[in-house]
Order: sequence, then C-alpha cells, then structure tokens
Amino acid sequence: MDGVYDLGGKQGFGKVRYTLCAPAFHAPWEVRVNSLYSFSVRSGFFNMDEYRHAIERMEPLHYLTASYYERSLTGLATLLIEKGIVTQDELELRAEGGFPVSTRGAQGRTNVPTRQRFKPGDRVRVRPDCVPGHVRMPAYVRGKTGVVVSESPLYPFPDAHAHGVEAQDEPTYDVRFRSEDLWPDSVEAALLHVGLFQSYLELDQGGHGVLHDPLPESST
Amino acid sequence: MSTSKHDRVVHRAAHIEQRVAAIESALADRGMKVADAINELGHLAQEQWIPQNGARVVARAWVDPAFRARLRANGRTAISELGLSMPAHHRHLVVLENTRTVQNVICCTQCSCTAFTLIGLPPDWYKDLEYRARVVRESRTVLREMGLDLAPEVEIRVWDTTADTRYMVLPEQPPETLGWSEERLASIVTRDSLIGVACL
Repeated sequence: MDGVYDLGGKQGFGKVRYTLCAPAFHAPWEVRVNSLYSFSVRSGFFNMDEYRHAIERMEPLHYLTASYYERSLTGLATLLIEKGIVTQDELELRAEGGFPVSTRGAQGRTNVPTRQRFKPGDRVRVRPDCVPGHVRMPAYVRGKTGVVVSESPLYPFPDAHAHGVEAQDEPTYDVRFRSEDLWPDSVEAALLHVGLFQSYLELDQGGHGVLHDPLPESST
Repeated sequence: MSTSKHDRVVHRAAHIEQRVAAIESALADRGMKVADAINELGHLAQEQWIPQNGARVVARAWVDPAFRARLRANGRTAISELGLSMPAHHRHLVVLENTRTVQNVICCTQCSCTAFTLIGLPPDWYKDLEYRARVVRESRTVLREMGLDLAPEVEIRVWDTTADTRYMVLPEQPPETLGWSEERLASIVTRDSLIGVACL
C-alpha cells in the first residue's frame, strides 16, 4: 500500500534529533511493549510481516504523531483483536479509555508467476506494481533501474505472509541504485542499496543507463 | 454524520501506560506467562542485545584477517565463532567494510529494522521520521548534521533494510590503535560506527 509509513525520500522533514549514546528506550513501558510483541511472535499469534503491516495500517495522522513504541503497541493490539485473542471493548474497559487500533487494509497477493532468477551484475527494473496490501518495496524505487549486487537465502514472501496467503519463499536481491536516477536533479549523490524480493524485479531489457562504477567487492 | 452498527463510540485515548497494562492483564488473565516473558525479553533487550557484541566482532576482524574474510563471506556463521547469534528470521548478515573512500550507512525507511542482537535495539533517532525520510536522499547533509563531515571524494553507500537481510558496518580501524589488544580495540567501537553514521 502507498502509506505514510513509506518515508524514504519524503521532503520537508527537519534535522535528525541526534545525540551521542542516544537511548533505545525512554520509559519502562516501552521495554514492556517490546517484550509483549516479541512474546506474541514467539507464541505464534502472528508473524513479523503481519506485525509490520498492522503498523503500516495505522490511521496516517496517528502514525505520524505516535512514538515508535506507541506504533508498536497499536500494531500489537490490532493483531490481538483481529486474531480473536482479545476484543477492543475489553481492552478499552481495562484501559479505562479509548484504545485506537489500525484500519482494516486490503488483501494480500501471492508470488508473481513470471519471476526470474538474477545474478550479481544484472541490470534489473523494479516492476511498476501498485500493491494494495503489504509490500516491502519502497515507492522511491518503483519502476526504477538498478544493478544486482547479491542474492540472499529464501525468505517468506511478505506480500503473502502478512495476509495468510499461500506462496513460495523467495530470495531477495540487494539492488544498487544511483540516487540521481531516483530523484533526478533533486538529490545528493550516493549509491542506494535496497533489499528487494524476486517478485518485485524484472530483467531490464532496454539496457538504458550504464554501470557507472564497478560492483563493490565486499558485497557478498 | 450517519452511524451504523459498525461504528464505534470513539473515546479519548487512554494513557499509553494504561493501554500497555490493558494488554498485559488481558493476556495474563488467559493464563499466559506474561510477567515472565516481560522479564526475560526485557533483560535480553537491555542487557544481552547490546552494541558491545558488534564491537567484539569488529575487534576480531581488525586483528584476524582470516576471520575478517569469513565474516565478509558469511556473517552469520562467522559471528557464531564468538558465541553470538541472530534471531531465526534474520537468515543473512552482510558486513559492510568502510574505508577511507567508502562510507556505508544503514537505515530502514519503512520501519526500523536492524541487526539488533549485534548493534543493540536501535537508538531513538534511527526510528524517527527525519532519519528515515532524509538519509536516502540527503545522506551527506544528514551525516554532516550528525557530526560526520565527510570529504567530498568519499563515496556514500546507503543500505535500506527493506528485507530480512541484516547489515552491520565494519568501521575503519584508527591507525593509532594498530597493535592494541582485541579487548582494548573492542572498547573504542561505538554503536553509531556500527550503523555507519560515525567514524572512529
């Protein structure tokens, strides 16, 4: 889905609030939320792709104003309700107030039937798909061309795994893009590496664009 | 506004701590060992999954070229030599070597994925919207704002953790530390250098 969570390249944000030795947690409840979601994954209530998608399905304004661990808590509550483990009424009764949860979202999809195997050095294009459900393809690479740097072991296909849809596991490819190809005339020069599932990619037949510099040797 | 039986009465959101407690008590009342899990997982998150793990990996790679080669070939297997591990769903660890001319930087634009058993649970700024939005598009400016002013000839490579491959940066060893013991070397490796937003 094209949600507000997909932040890469969005403009208008201010400085990173960076401090040396910045903490991971700011309050004890944040540690508890992190433990509760881990416990739920370990207990088999839901998987990581369902969890990520439940956070992505938050109301946009809530997503943008909630802290990281409030987003985590909201995703957790949403799935516990959707899986029939608790009800929202019960949670609100116990919390003595509202317990906002995520919106419902769309259906998932299985693997793309025409997917191909790639090798390092291949020029690939990210398929111009607009996927209504969960997808781990950042919008900033949609339709763009890059070079395969490496292949990973097989992983569950998130577009299916987040929705209980049957699918085969797929490798992911680290694909290297030139930032200037992603945001022409409005970007600082860098190489961007994005981990993309096989179903998101196709071999670039056009051959436009050139491999400007050699593949990094450390990319195994 | 029309209402239907599907519309809920929306209450003002309860305080965040009451919402957390609501989930805890709802699960506990169903016989789940929630308190034990919170203690155990809280301990792991704060005491076991810490950047000192990644620092040990870096120090070993600096003093042992054969280990460094194994680490770059298969990170997940190599870290097990030091008694370190990754969760089952992180099937792949790619170690990115910084040099005088290449600066690798890790981010996660869509959520906040990290190799947390090695780097630690991510710091607040890594999870903030500003870093996630900007580092892929304005990497040099963002790094400068964070205190890392790279020479113009240094190439920046940003790694967006969009799949379950996990990354760790191998920072460049400061020349004045050549010959130091592994333990002493590990003590100078910071979390932010493992993410790639700082040099040593």
